[in-house]
Amino acid sequence: MSKKFLFGVAVFLLIMLVLVPQILLATDRKDLMSVATSIALNSIIAAGVWLTFYIGRINIGQGAFALLGGYVSAILIVHYDVSFWLSLPLAGLACAVASVLIGLPILRLRGVYFAMVTLTLTEVGRLLAQALSLTGGPKGITNIPPPGALEFFGLTIIPDFAELENLRLGYYYLAVVLMIICFAGMWRLVNSRLGFLCRSLQQNEELASSIGVNVTHLRVLAYAISSFCGGIGGAVFASIVQSIYPNTFPIQESVNYMLYCFLGGLNYVFGPMLGTGVLYLGWDFLFILGQYQLLVYSTILIILILFLPNGLLSVRLPGMKRV
Amino acid sequence: MSVALQVRGITKRFGGLLAVNNVSFEVQDKEILSVIGPNGAGKSTLFKLISSFLRPTSGEVLFNGKCISGLSPHTVARIGVVRTFQETTIFRHMNVRDNVIIAHHLRASAGLTGFFLNSKQAIVDEKKFGESADEILEFLGLQECRDEIALNLPHGHLRALGIAIGLATNPKVLLLDEPFAGMNHDETTKAVEMVREVRNRGVTVLLVEHDMQAVMKISERIVVINFGEKIAEGSPQEIQENEKVIEAYLGSEDESIGI
Repeated sequence: MSKKFLFGVAVFLLIMLVLVPQILLATDRKDLMSVATSIALNSIIAAGVWLTFYIGRINIGQGAFALLGGYVSAILIVHYDVSFWLSLPLAGLACAVASVLIGLPILRLRGVYFAMVTLTLTEVGRLLAQALSLTGGPKGITNIPPPGALEFFGLTIIPDFAELENLRLGYYYLAVVLMIICFAGMWRLVNSRLGFLCRSLQQNEELASSIGVNVTHLRVLAYAISSFCGGIGGAVFASIVQSIYPNTFPIQESVNYMLYCFLGGLNYVFGPMLGTGVLYLGWDFLFILGQYQLLVYSTILIILILFLPNGLLSVRLPGMKRV
Repeated sequence: MSVALQVRGITKRFGGLLAVNNVSFEVQDKEILSVIGPNGAGKSTLFKLISSFLRPTSGEVLFNGKCISGLSPHTVARIGVVRTFQETTIFRHMNVRDNVIIAHHLRASAGLTGFFLNSKQAIVDEKKFGESADEILEFLGLQECRDEIALNLPHGHLRALGIAIGLATNPKVLLLDEPFAGMNHDETTKAVEMVREVRNRGVTVLLVEHDMQAVMKISERIVVINFGEKIAEGSPQEIQENEKVIEAYLGSEDESIGI
C-alpha cells in the first residue's frame, strides 16, 4: 500500500466522518443530512450491483434484495422483538441465502438474458410483498422503532437511537460507517486473488473453468456477497424511514443502482460510491429546473456515457498515473 | 510405458447428427499423440469430450484408470487433464504475467478466505505463483512481453501464452487445440519445438491439428478420424502410407460420375 493511498483514505475518512457532518450541523440543513445518508446507503447497495458487473453479469434486480433485507429486518424487529443490530446481519444473510437459491439456476444465463431475469426479480419481490400476510400486504410495515442501544457486557457501544439528540446525525454515522466497512471489504476483495478470479470470469468463463476455477461456485459466491450488500442497505433504509412498503424499492431504483455503477466506472471499486454521489446530488440540484429536470438529467447522462464510457473515475488529469 | 489416457468407445450425438462414433484409443504416458482428420470429421467434438467440456452420449474417458467423463471441466483440470484453446481465448484485458499467474489457481494451498485476509499461507502462495509464472514465461520465450496487455500480443505469442496458461495449472495431460493453425513455416517450426519441450517437462501431450506437415514432424503416434469414426492409428510413417487416410484427405475415384 502506497503512502499516497493511505493519505487519500485518511483524507476521505476525515471528510466523511468529521467535515461533512460538522458543516451540515453548522448550516442546519437537515434535508442535506438525509441526502448524505441516502447516498451512503445507496452506494452500499450499488456496490453489490458493481460486484455482479465485475463477474460479467448485468444486474438489474438489486431492488428485490434491498426490499427483502428491509422486510426481514422490519419483521424481526416489529414481530419478534429482535434488536436492530442483530436484525441487520440477519437481513444480509437472508438475502445471501435467497440469492444462492435464485442464483444457482439464473447465473448460468449471460448478457441480456441474465439482465432480463433480474429485472423481473424486482417486480416479483414487489408482488410477493403485496400478496403475503407476513409482510403486511400493500399497507407494508410501519412504525418500525429506531435502533436500540448496542451493549456488550454492560458496555454501551452504540447508544439508543430514540434518546439521541440528533437522530439524523445518528443515522448519518450509521450509514457512513457501514459504507466504509463495505467498500473496505470490496477493495480488499478486488485486490486479493478473489478479485483476480472475478476478473477471469468476466473475461472468459470457459478458460477460467479450464484452469480449474469452479465457475459456478464463484459466480454464486459473488452474487451472494452482492445481495448481502443489498440486504444491509435495505434494512437500514427501512429503519430510517421507519416503514417499508412493497413499493419502497421499485424497478426505477434497481435501474438507478446500475446507473450509479456505470457512471462511476465498472473497473473501479470506488466507482459506485462516486457514481451514487454525483447522480443523487445531480438529480436533487436539477430540481430547480422544474418540469425540465428529467430532460436535462437524461441528456447529461447520455453525454456522460457517450464521452466517458468507462465512467467518471477513468478521467485522468494530466500528470496523473493510471491506477 | 504406462497408459495415461484411455478413450473407450466414445460416442456423441447431437440430435440426428452422429458427431463422434465409437472412437477408442489410448495415449501413453509422456507421448505426443495427434488427432487429425478432414474438416468436420469430429475432431473438435472429440477434443471437448476428452476435456469434459461435453458429456458423451456413450462411452467414457479414463485418466490413470479413473473415469473422468461427466465430471465438470474444473474438476478434470484439478485431476490433471487440462485443455488449451485457440488463440483468441485468453484473459484479453490482463497483462501476460497476470494471465499466467491466475492459471496457478489450482496450486493454491490457501483458501479464498485466506487470500481475502492475506494470511501467511496466501503470501507464500502469491510469491510462489509469481516465481513460477516468470519461469514458465521464460521457458516459452515470453519474458519480454510479460507486462504487455494480452490483447496486443502478436499471433505466435498468443499461442505461446495459451500454452503457458495450460502449463501453469501443472497438468499431467495437456490437450492442445490446433496449436499450429494460421502459422507460417517459421512460426510452426518454433511451435513444434515448443511442444516438444513441453513434453520433455514430463507432460503428456494430445493435440488436435490440421497442419499435416507439423503433425508428421511432431507426433509419435497419430489417430485419424473421418465422419466421426476412427479410420487409422499408427506412427506418422504408417499414417502417410495408409490408403484409407489418403482417401479421406484426397477423395477416391468415383465411378458413378466418371472420375
